[in-house]
Amino acid sequence: MKRVSLALIPLLAAFAVQTAQAQSQDKPRDRGTLQSVKDRGTLSCGVSQGLPGFSAPDDKGNWTGLDVDVCRAIAAAIFNDATKVKFVPLSAKDRFTALQSGEIDVLSRNSTWTLSRDTSLGLNYTGISYYDGQGFLVRKSLKVNSALELNSASICVQTGTTNEQNVSDYFKGNNMKYELIAFGTADETVKAYESGRCDVFTSDVSQLYAERLKLAAPADHAVLPEVISKEPLGPVVRHGDDQWFDIVKWTLFAMINAEEYAVTQKNVDEMAKSNKPELKRIFGTDGNLGEQLGLTKDWVTRIIKATGNYGESFDRNVGAGSKLQIARGLNKLWNQGGLQYAPPIR
Amino acid sequence: MADAPRKPPLRLVARLRRTLGGQAGWAGVVIQILFVAAVVWIGYEIVENARANLQAQRIASGFGFLSNTASFAVSQALIPFSESDTYARVFVVGLLNTLLVSIVGIAIATIIGVAVALGRLSPNWLLARISGGYVELIRNLPLLFQILFWYLAVLATLPNPRQSISLLGSVFLSNRGLVVPNPVPQPSFGVFAVAIAVGIVASLVMRSYARHQLFAKGEKLTIWPFALATLIGLPALAAVMFGAPVKFDMPELKGFNFAGGARVLPEFAALTIALSTYTAAFIAEIVRAGIQSVPKGQMEAGASLGLTRGQTLRQVVIPQAMRVILPPLTNQYLNLTKNSSLAVAIGYPDLFSVFAGTALSQTGQAVEIIALTMGVYLLLSLVTSAIMSFYGWRLNRSLAA
Amino acid sequence: MTEQAAFIRTDLVAPRTAPVKTTGVVGFARERLFNSPLNIMMTVAGAILLWLILVPTVKFLFVDAVWTGSDRNACLEANVGRVVGACWPFVQAKFDQFIYGFYPADQRWRVNLTFVLGALLLLPLLIPRAPAKALNSGLFFIAYPVIGFFLLRGGGLKGFAVHWIADLGSGLALSFQEAGGRLASTATAGAPGQVISFLGRLVGWIGDGLALLAWPLAWLRDYIERFHSPLWADFIATAIIVSLLMFVLTGGVRNGWRALFTSIAIFAGTAVVIAVMGLDRGGLPIVDTRAWGGLLVTLVVSVTGIVASMPVGMALALGRRSTIPLIRVFSIAFIEFWRGVPLITVLFFATYMLPLFLPGNFTVDGLVRVLIGIALFAGAYNAEVIRGGLQAVPRGQPEAASALGLSYWKTTGLIVMPQALRHVIPGLVNSFIALFKDTTLVLIVAIFDLLGQLRASFADPNWATPTTLFTGFAFTGIIYFVFCFGMSRYSLFVERRLNAHKNV
Repeated sequence: MKRVSLALIPLLAAFAVQTAQAQSQDKPRDRGTLQSVKDRGTLSCGVSQGLPGFSAPDDKGNWTGLDVDVCRAIAAAIFNDATKVKFVPLSAKDRFTALQSGEIDVLSRNSTWTLSRDTSLGLNYTGISYYDGQGFLVRKSLKVNSALELNSASICVQTGTTNEQNVSDYFKGNNMKYELIAFGTADETVKAYESGRCDVFTSDVSQLYAERLKLAAPADHAVLPEVISKEPLGPVVRHGDDQWFDIVKWTLFAMINAEEYAVTQKNVDEMAKSNKPELKRIFGTDGNLGEQLGLTKDWVTRIIKATGNYGESFDRNVGAGSKLQIARGLNKLWNQGGLQYAPPIR
Repeated sequence: MADAPRKPPLRLVARLRRTLGGQAGWAGVVIQILFVAAVVWIGYEIVENARANLQAQRIASGFGFLSNTASFAVSQALIPFSESDTYARVFVVGLLNTLLVSIVGIAIATIIGVAVALGRLSPNWLLARISGGYVELIRNLPLLFQILFWYLAVLATLPNPRQSISLLGSVFLSNRGLVVPNPVPQPSFGVFAVAIAVGIVASLVMRSYARHQLFAKGEKLTIWPFALATLIGLPALAAVMFGAPVKFDMPELKGFNFAGGARVLPEFAALTIALSTYTAAFIAEIVRAGIQSVPKGQMEAGASLGLTRGQTLRQVVIPQAMRVILPPLTNQYLNLTKNSSLAVAIGYPDLFSVFAGTALSQTGQAVEIIALTMGVYLLLSLVTSAIMSFYGWRLNRSLAA
Repeated sequence: MTEQAAFIRTDLVAPRTAPVKTTGVVGFARERLFNSPLNIMMTVAGAILLWLILVPTVKFLFVDAVWTGSDRNACLEANVGRVVGACWPFVQAKFDQFIYGFYPADQRWRVNLTFVLGALLLLPLLIPRAPAKALNSGLFFIAYPVIGFFLLRGGGLKGFAVHWIADLGSGLALSFQEAGGRLASTATAGAPGQVISFLGRLVGWIGDGLALLAWPLAWLRDYIERFHSPLWADFIATAIIVSLLMFVLTGGVRNGWRALFTSIAIFAGTAVVIAVMGLDRGGLPIVDTRAWGGLLVTLVVSVTGIVASMPVGMALALGRRSTIPLIRVFSIAFIEFWRGVPLITVLFFATYMLPLFLPGNFTVDGLVRVLIGIALFAGAYNAEVIRGGLQAVPRGQPEAASALGLSYWKTTGLIVMPQALRHVIPGLVNSFIALFKDTTLVLIVAIFDLLGQLRASFADPNWATPTTLFTGFAFTGIIYFVFCFGMSRYSLFVERRLNAHKNV
């Protein structure tokens, strides 16, 4: 009896290794991220731990948001199936470590593009999905009308963000005292602000609007007018895999270009039959641009069918069609007075 | 004809075999070689992979980042710290915060723990039950649960600074923490400090003299009034002669917060309370087991000599119980120190949350930073163990003498 | 000669008052509560303290509590019109999340089934007098984790042991060949270079040897692949090979029959499990571990942690007592390292950094990585507990075993370990309690266990009321307390049973 069980131990060990290998994937370093994503059958996408409008799960665990749509678009471009995404919720502190180590394929988590992140962290920013800036949220009862009146305030911030550094710069630059309390996750930060631990909650303005919805009485809190920094947010990939970098980059550009040419989720099939040369190039009826990326000819059709164009996604998640009601502002297309400008698909 | 006696085996070879392979002999040597080969191979694979991965992504490496500017603020620093300081200083600030919470926690936990243990052993039934209930309740709830509870629950019930609970207009309690007047040393502080030091030394001398007399002649000297007089009188004299040693910097509400005074952060308070009450429950059990390990006859012998219960405990039972108590107590102290890294859950700027949190996410050099952090905790553990072993060794020596 | 007594009593001494009653309620109170001024003070203070703690608690949990409602408005003072205590509708609304996390609702029967199976297997193990301990523990410690894995995660099997071992062998061989080649190519000129290059070649040869060894299995694997159902073919091949091996190793025709039958029985059982769960047909739908949460994760992490940490702990304890120098040194260093670092750093490392250190074609699921970290961590602590047990085994036992001519492994496995383990059951239960409490730390690496789900639920504005916090803490606190308190009572019970002979 004992010997039999002893003999079973190596079998079990082998089984354990096997189950590990069953979930194993080839890392980008060996055969490219695209190939490993295809082998695995799902895209592993780093998102926030719940930021309404950008990436948040509902009660059933379905993720929605602008950042989530980028991931779904990538999955649609690869698999023609926007559901083949595994969302990995990450705190600000852990997100880059997870991307560096290969835990996720792409980080789409309201992350600010900075030089140091682009270089010493070994990452590549693929584009800008949302032009943002940092602001302050305060209680209306404090009767503060400007960030310059915040001398000696306690400020809650999420650790591991650019916000932490921007606050320091701003307050030092204006010779104001402050106390900074940094928390590990956004939820903790908001909870601390709500319980009165801080006077001010600082973050990117879009996040302030999103997090304000989580407060018991959103109407009692106001976002101050000052925007103290540039916060261009976008999807991030690792260094060292140019093909994957291109795919993520052009997925976002495809969404923006689609809005420019008024291609929507509804009319995408008719538009695909169009004879306009630029549309023919986009939809792959002319040339093989998609295949040059490592995808299929109909990659844009897949993306737009899955998530709609950039404008649709924006409206649905953070804009007029959502609870957040954020104005397009800087995120309007370049030909409508905004900054969103995607290189041409040709 | 008897066989010629066989030659004894070569002593040297046998010895060599024993030192190299233990009881297993040459087989042991082979096992070792295989084992080391396996370990080396695994280590090689790990290092090689990490190197390849880091190179492929061109992530910065090395410890050069320690001299870069951190450019973020920390809510509690024991040494002057500003945004323009380096990551090395961040590391020191975090480490000091960890040490602070550990030392304060250890002190409070020991006091509560011993009190609860004596409560459990007390002849008073109700007290014993209450102490037992405390131990059971605290031991059976996760520490992180308790930390979050103290932080969130206590924060939720405290008022904001403008409605803070104040004592005599100088101590304020609010959800920004506890603000107390901050003593600012004046020029005469040096004399005052010297006076205190002299008082302490004098008391120690008196104590040793009294012990000496006790052992030599068997007479008990009452020294505490003299000691107290020296401890209070000398500094008071110095203060009178040279002027007040410290001036209190009174806190006052300015705008959003209290200006002046010294503050105990709510994060620090919650963490300290949770850590010390949690560890106290374990210490209580250890102390109780230690005291119960001393034979009952010792207590009875003390009583028959006419010592009071407290005297017997202090002078007869506890010194003997110490041998049993010390090793597990050391473990509890180490546990408390390691558990202080849970500060990351409530935003107290300890080593793990400031250095392995903020600094890591800004520099991205996970390997170096985690290695440093783990190394520091290891070092703390080893140093504490060493101190405790030394103390235990001394204790054994004094008991054996 | 006696002296005349100076005084002779003429009347009886008055009876003394009866001694103070020391039994019954009054006596007890007098003896244990009010026997000195200090004690009276303590008693009064204790009573006041109890009153201050218990009354508000009971009021909060029951008297002032709100029992029904659909959102926060049910628990707001303004709407209820009285002081509001616990807000139980909040717990009702979040209950499923507390237990299952985001596990798909239509698949939750699998979780329940796993819980029930575990309880059924564990109960007889805990009852000292229950029969068939060996079979029972084999089922619980070996079969149950595997079945639980396929139940909870889903998915099927593509091959069986032949596949695994062949893959493992060829993987190892490849790794050695590569490492050898790299070593040989990095060699510089001069004597050290020569040595290194020779070493490289040697390592390469080891790889070639491994490849040769794995070759027949690899051939068998490829042959099996051509069958209609590779899994069953592989399974049958494995069964035949292992059973025959058992038969031959335990004495062949003379007395190997029992081992043969046991082996066949085990394989038959495995086959039934495979067939019932449909593992050959892809198994149950896969539920990604990201969707797991709540009490499910707490239990999975703690149970897997303790099961996996046992062999680690035993190996380390034996290694630390081993007379072979390097193994002892390694074990001591290993144990001290894991005991010296906080669990958080281990979890952080396992979650976010481990992939950096693994070869490119090999990543492990996030939850599994955390489990590995926890198992090693708990293993180091268990090693110390088990070592204490090993030291408690009288020296005569292993000496007697050696005198009978048993080998080291037989001595350890049949004589020393069983006695040591029986001694340390209470210690192991205690370390299991510690592990159970430590599972809460996984919330810091974004895995939502019970406490993590609780904290996430606080962020829901639909339930933002002044008492939500306390209600949630009370509910989860009760769950944790029941589990840990039950275990600690069990540990005490075992301890008393073990020490029964000492205080007859």
